[in-house]
Amino acid sequence: MAKELGVSPDAVQFRFRDDEMVDHGMVTVDSFVEQSNASAVRIEPGDDARELLPFLDRLALVEVNFPVFGDGRGYSAARILREAGYTGELRAVGEVLVDQIAYMRRCGFDAFAPDSKLNEADVEAAFARFPEVYQKTVDGAAPIWKLRHG
Amino acid sequence: MYKYDQYDQAMVDARVEEFRDQTRRRLDGSLAEEHFRPLRLMNGLYLQLHAYMLRVAVPYGTLNSDQMHALADIAEKYDRGYGHFTTRQNIQYNWIKLEDAPDILADLAKVEMHAIQTSGNCIRNISSDHFAGAAADELVDPRPYAEILRQWSSFHPEFSYLPRKFKICVIASDTDRAAMRLHDIGIQIVKNDAGELGAAFYVGGGMGRTPIIAPCINEFVPLDQLVTYSEACLRVYNRYGRRDNKYKARIKILVHELGKEEYTRQVEEEFAHMLEQGVEPPLAELERIKTYFQDPDFKTGLTDRADRSDPDFALWIDRNCHKHKAPGYVSATISLKPVGGIPGDASVEQMHLMANLAKEYSFDECRVTHAQNIVLPHVEIGRLHELWTKLEEAGLGTPNLDRIDDIIACPGLDYCSLANARSIPVAQKISERFAANGKADELGQLKLKISGCINACGHHHAGHIGILGVDRKGVENYQLLLGGSEAEDTSLGKITGPGFSEDGIVDAVEKAADVYLAHREDGERFLDTYRRIGMDPFKEALYG
Ligand code: SF4
Repeated sequence: MAKELGVSPDAVQFRFRDDEMVDHGMVTVDSFVEQSNASAVRIEPGDDARELLPFLDRLALVEVNFPVFGDGRGYSAARILREAGYTGELRAVGEVLVDQIAYMRRCGFDAFAPDSKLNEADVEAAFARFPEVYQKTVDGAAPIWKLRHG
Repeated sequence: MYKYDQYDQAMVDARVEEFRDQTRRRLDGSLAEEHFRPLRLMNGLYLQLHAYMLRVAVPYGTLNSDQMHALADIAEKYDRGYGHFTTRQNIQYNWIKLEDAPDILADLAKVEMHAIQTSGNCIRNISSDHFAGAAADELVDPRPYAEILRQWSSFHPEFSYLPRKFKICVIASDTDRAAMRLHDIGIQIVKNDAGELGAAFYVGGGMGRTPIIAPCINEFVPLDQLVTYSEACLRVYNRYGRRDNKYKARIKILVHELGKEEYTRQVEEEFAHMLEQGVEPPLAELERIKTYFQDPDFKTGLTDRADRSDPDFALWIDRNCHKHKAPGYVSATISLKPVGGIPGDASVEQMHLMANLAKEYSFDECRVTHAQNIVLPHVEIGRLHELWTKLEEAGLGTPNLDRIDDIIACPGLDYCSLANARSIPVAQKISERFAANGKADELGQLKLKISGCINACGHHHAGHIGILGVDRKGVENYQLLLGGSEAEDTSLGKITGPGFSEDGIVDAVEKAADVYLAHREDGERFLDTYRRIGMDPFKEALYG
């Protein structure tokens, strides 16, 4: 049998949701769009997240792979899904590192399954580091211009 | 000029602490160099041939005297007594220790400065016209727009791991003094027929190994959609810019490969979507920023005549001063190109002096130009002689703006680990040659630019005369280019033919200059003559 796609729920080190973790088979974007009634899909850097938009209400888990941390396409994929109203779990997997994790969160990721476990204190510090933000994204944080002008 | 409020200050302070923590983890070994590298780059710290280099951002090239003093102090405390002003209107220090870098950033934060995103595959420091807020020919001061984009692009969570670096430039006059169309995004603030201000977007320009002049993709983006439109341009790039080949990863290649129409279509589609996301700061924010860029209290009734009885002074006025919008004032350029000097270098003493002069003569403001000089933007004509005398005493009075010895040169093989050849000694030899042969005066405006490798940090494509260092079988070799321009008549230089040795290139530049002197017609600059007569007469002189 082919190796199962996606990381195991056990690999999720940080999760900022209260609902049950989804544990169904995960499919690629291509096979998801073609057929399936799957509720979990995995996005690779070259995939177009917008192909998923017609099916968002069926999805409970989207895993976005960062094979190398320097490939930033996954940030756009995440934000596009959130902008379109996706509310399910958005999980960053792969080379997820302390120094990128706060940006990932700002782009809508709410679960993280790093290839190698991160130091929890470092991650906590990373999330707490910047008191405010300059941009409006999808994390609900009020940007500085909003704080200035109400 | 812009002043931080508590929010801006808190962001910069947080960054210092973040980098302190990252450096600590790097030094204790818990952070691998591979993972530290992009982080230190995003803080402007490069590993060069001999030491770390720190690049400090000078947003849109504007500095006050406290900031210039602080830059001098850093040169004294952490470097070898010099700073190097760059073609991105920034400053670099070439001899930095990693363990000092967090302290330097802390010193910078005290004067509202930082090194955020001065390197790395992210949106870099935003450049602008060095005469902004002063030039007689500008529509408005472009810096408030640059500042709003600076804030938007700082720590942008989606656009910090782009395919490649990303440079934005904002100008607001038809005369282009900032190489606007050779940027990833060049913005010109314009007025439409209804008299409203807006932004023309030029996207996909750049130098490097594939120089491209940016096409205009939107002639008028309303000012309350500036950030939104930029966001759309960046998102299309982040998603579709090439990541398979570092040399094809700049946005210019994407725009070129998709074609301007298709790229524009995708941006417009994304833009329509982004407009619904509410990412744009309110116009009140722009108004708030603009209050920091009000005209200083220009005096009225000033003389517009200087006493020109000293010929050296008169020469300096003619060459180094630029027309100001307020009567009785000029913008004065301090040349960092003395004969035989290192282009763009300033010593600790010179930086302190320039800071003091900015305070005394120019409403506490100075500017870094992309040609690696310093501008005092608002100087009373009646006080110019006093100012010039002080500059002369400090070796800062060279009257050579835009002339053959006002050379732009990248650090080259003396510092840069990517270099093929040295740039600085070539610049020094050329300026010495033309000082000795006395031809510089006759040549008039002639912009000469030198890069030590194909990355083109020295803008060689855009020089009236450009020089590119290459490696020929392990020997430094120099190609000669003619006919480039980074002004509003943007053009890319063409290679004359086979390259030259280090001494050979100095001779070749002189020969090219001689061809111009022999062929020029009334009022023609080198560039005009080249455009009229073409490459052949130059080739003939060089290789015939
Ligand atoms: S052009 Fe090349 S040699 Fe010069 S600074 Fe840039 S990378 Fe270094």
